Amino acid sequence: MSAETNGHVVTGSPRIKRGLAEMLKGGVIMDVVTPDQAEIAQEAGAVAVMALERVPADIRRDGGVARMSDPALITAIIGAVSIPVMAKCRIGHFVEAQILQALGVDYIDESEVLTPADEEHHVDKWPFTVPFVCGARDLGEAFRRISEGAAMIRTKGEAGTGNVVEAVRHMRAVSQGIRRLHGLRDDELPAAAKELGAPLELVRETARLGRLPVVNFSAGGLATPADAALMMQLGCDGNFVGSGIFKSGDPKRRAKAIVAATTYFDKPDMLAEISADLGEPMVGIEIATLGREELLAARGI
Amino acid sequence: MGVGVLALQGDVREHLVVLRALGAEPRLVRTAADLAACTALVLPGGESTTMARLIEAFQLEPPLRAAIAAGLACLSTCAGTILLARTIEDGLPGQLALGVLDIAVRRNAFGPQRESFEAELAVPAVGSEPVPVAFIRAPTIEAVGPGVEVLATHLGKPAAIRQGRHLALTFHPEITGDSRLHALFLRGLGPTPEGGG
Repeated sequence: MSAETNGHVVTGSPRIKRGLAEMLKGGVIMDVVTPDQAEIAQEAGAVAVMALERVPADIRRDGGVARMSDPALITAIIGAVSIPVMAKCRIGHFVEAQILQALGVDYIDESEVLTPADEEHHVDKWPFTVPFVCGARDLGEAFRRISEGAAMIRTKGEAGTGNVVEAVRHMRAVSQGIRRLHGLRDDELPAAAKELGAPLELVRETARLGRLPVVNFSAGGLATPADAALMMQLGCDGNFVGSGIFKSGDPKRRAKAIVAATTYFDKPDMLAEISADLGEPMVGIEIATLGREELLAARGI
Repeated sequence: MGVGVLALQGDVREHLVVLRALGAEPRLVRTAADLAACTALVLPGGESTTMARLIEAFQLEPPLRAAIAAGLACLSTCAGTILLARTIEDGLPGQLALGVLDIAVRRNAFGPQRESFEAELAVPAVGSEPVPVAFIRAPTIEAVGPGVEVLATHLGKPAAIRQGRHLALTFHPEITGDSRLHALFLRGLGPTPEGGG
């Protein structure tokens, strides 16, 4: 009754790269800076961890050039957990990306949180076997990253602020852009593609689906279960939480609560219970107090 | 017939698309009340540890066990199959294994994501044409009990098994959109289940 595969297997195809992101939907990806934190995140129900030397709040505080993390740290975090491990490379730094692939990370975040290495070009992500996630502030940015090979999109938000306002702005911008495309006639899509600086095929596919052809998470400033549920109600597929967990008073409880709020995002009675008694959230930053050069979201557009 | 999809986390949408294409009207299952309306349940791919934590945190284990004992039929892919296994060989300490399927599984058995792959899988139970499927950080089935029928293997290990009305896969037909394994599962729910184990 049983039979074998015919032996021919394909790795690193767009379907396989996008497929892992599909498996992460409805989940929370947490920034961690030590193997211990990675274990706490896994125990709390994270679907993946982002291995970093410093969370964005500290990168913001320290200043200077922020680069890929030490491979020894990333390897130690990979060894500590069974869930997928992501790591960040600088925008356009394809050698950092090559190193991360060689280390065996499960996803690469080509991230504006690190200092860009190339002000004109992002990494050409198609030749890599490992999938990439990239940030976007609007639909045009999302399309450009997908056309470069990104297998997953996240909002940029404003990382390390504990302020969800920019993530909301970016998620609304992407959603509004998609709704607009969805309402256009076929013969109006080429002009829309031109305006967005995006390949027509990608624009057509998105208009037909009524959503991006890749998974779209929120990121950048989430700090509470209510923030996580807000982003889910705005239509994202899942949440990245960076500084918001391990910069809070009780990371374990907050991590569990944010995982639960991402699943039960549309049930206010449950959210009320989930949100109770979590200790101090991270201290937030009002975006208007940041100088233009301090805004990470403006990097790599 | 009420088919539910466990919607705590994972590739729920892809399963909904396949089930709807087959004429089913799937409902999302996140609470015990949702589960009560189901005669069949699809457990999707995702992270097994995440789903296990949510099942524990929201006291879903007793109603799940009770429903399955009362005849709820399960179709599971990847992480879902881990949740239903008797033994998780490399599980986290205390990781939930519902013990519905008499199989032992090894999580993430192929290595990191760069080893994930697409393949054409021969599954004679659904026809002579191979099924295009995706193995994404997939588990392997390391041992099966006597009541388990192996429907397909990859590299010599069971990749699709049937136990009574339950159908369990280590891979994702829903990612490629091939609906034949879902159709096999739905046919098995009828008053005269074909095949059986």
